[in-house]
Amino acid sequence: MKKTREGFGRALAELGKTNPDVVVLVGDLTDSTMVSFFAKEFPDRFVEMGVAEQNMMTAAAGLSLVGKIPFLATYGAFATCRCADQIRVTVCYSDLNVKIGGAHGGISVGPDGATHQALEEFAMMRVLPNMKVIVPCDFEETRKATLAAAAVWGPVYLRFGREDVPVVTGAATPFEIGKGILLRDGDDVAIVACGVMVHEALQAAEALAARDIQARVINIHTIKPIDRNLLIQAAEDCGAVVTAEEHQIHGGLGSAVAEVLVRHCPVPMEFVAVEDRFGQSGKPAELMAAFGLTADHIVTATEKVLARKVARVY
Amino acid sequence: MFLLPTEEAHTMTDTTERKNPYRLPVDQLKAKSLELRRDIITMLVEAKSGHTGGPMGFADIAATLFFHELVYDPKNPKWPGRDMWFYSMGHMTPIHYSALAEAGYFPLKDLMKFRKLDGHLQGHPSSLDTPGVEVSSGSLGQGLSIAFGAAYGSRMDGHPRRVYALLSDGEHEEGSTWEAAMAAGHYQMDNLCAIVDYNNIQIDGHVEDIMGLAPLGDKYRAFRWNVIEIDGHDIAAILGALDQARRCKGRPTVVLARTVMGHPVSFMSDQFEWHGKPPKPEEGDKALAELGTTYAEWSGRLLNN
Repeated sequence: MKKTREGFGRALAELGKTNPDVVVLVGDLTDSTMVSFFAKEFPDRFVEMGVAEQNMMTAAAGLSLVGKIPFLATYGAFATCRCADQIRVTVCYSDLNVKIGGAHGGISVGPDGATHQALEEFAMMRVLPNMKVIVPCDFEETRKATLAAAAVWGPVYLRFGREDVPVVTGAATPFEIGKGILLRDGDDVAIVACGVMVHEALQAAEALAARDIQARVINIHTIKPIDRNLLIQAAEDCGAVVTAEEHQIHGGLGSAVAEVLVRHCPVPMEFVAVEDRFGQSGKPAELMAAFGLTADHIVTATEKVLARKVARVY
Repeated sequence: MFLLPTEEAHTMTDTTERKNPYRLPVDQLKAKSLELRRDIITMLVEAKSGHTGGPMGFADIAATLFFHELVYDPKNPKWPGRDMWFYSMGHMTPIHYSALAEAGYFPLKDLMKFRKLDGHLQGHPSSLDTPGVEVSSGSLGQGLSIAFGAAYGSRMDGHPRRVYALLSDGEHEEGSTWEAAMAAGHYQMDNLCAIVDYNNIQIDGHVEDIMGLAPLGDKYRAFRWNVIEIDGHDIAAILGALDQARRCKGRPTVVLARTVMGHPVSFMSDQFEWHGKPPKPEEGDKALAELGTTYAEWSGRLLNN
């Protein structure tokens, strides 16, 4: 178990050593977003921007214009919703090299409640031209995603969480922006997940296997650009798809997958996501259960989609 | 024209020959500002859409910046040694583009394709379409933050660049402008100079009637800025303010430039109706007559260059 946000913080400290252009901006959340590792080692390239996210976003744009690779860190809710206009007009329309670190993504933020539980960023960010959206599943993948974000040109939104979560990938697991990862093979149903839901998907696949249902599990860490080929292949092979994400049901991973499949290989789909409502305070695990974001919920969704698959006449 | 964003490393050590390519004296700057105003009216008549008053009122400042103050190479817009300027007030494209064209970034005839599908001059500036535009703008209240970031990064590198944020008075109603002002004061960005086109006019009327802004100078002083107030049509005063800003250490400078929207055209001056509309052909003829030319003459000059 390890925090994804620590993967972000550790990667930035690594980048500090290897890339002199990397600069980190923070909005009064140095320890919480774990950019403190970078701040300690590279104080000259660390900018405290105070509680002023809009200015931080646009200042990052200015830094990119003089050749810096700015990473900014705040909570995902503020990075996206509060700065939407700055991201749209200044960062994306100008295609600037700004990397947005959105911490505290999802309902698993826990006791802080709805204001701090970002559940809208996938939708808000992926609709913007030039933006890349990455939702890594664990510490290791967040680390790799952060390094990859520095190496690619253009705006990138990185979403990571607050809590300790299981480490699903290893140091040797490949990571390439836009390239999904097949974690488990199977031909009965494809479970497509991102973020912490990847681990839940693997648990669900295990439970389904005990009932002789072979689920393919795919980690779509990059929601945009999405790995169309991997998704189309999964739909063709399995004939049914379940998506799972710690995000609102509208406009997120499920929508992105559906946009691909409805055009290229329409199959029955089910969505495991937050059903169009705001979060609330509680313990992370309690909230994941209360908002329908567990392996059990993926199993239930799978049963529903399989029923529709059987009913379908090919 | 489509420009790829610059991906190559910026070599900030290349700072040789850092000077404005023109360095025009005051009398020639006055002549240049007249040319810019003729460009503005002509391109707007042709476009049948766009903002007239603000760009006309800003022409003296733009002429001084582009033909005396700013360090740039129009043939190499991404030259790492350049100064940077940001039109936070994106709707000022008629003066922004005419100054870029007169400075040599692109042919004058391109101005006649302003706001047209087959041109590269968007209604509000787009950095991926137009050489010399550093960043896209059009949603107000963002330019000072961008300038702050560029100034901060330049100072990290020890780059002698100066960074100019060109702001409208009305966009001080945007809270983000004040976030940037606070940060620039806090970080003592003396390589940053903001110029406020203080014409006291916004779309719905006079700024003071819409949302009281005064005392703007005191507000900036309270945010730890050096404040200079000038007549924005007095070129010698503009030059003096820019020089004073350059010599001020430990604080960013804001130049509050009192301008008259639409100046010097009689029927446009200080008329807020002229914020967001173009002159009709007969209005353009009248304005160009006051500016000592005709549409035929000036559009001919633009189209043939």
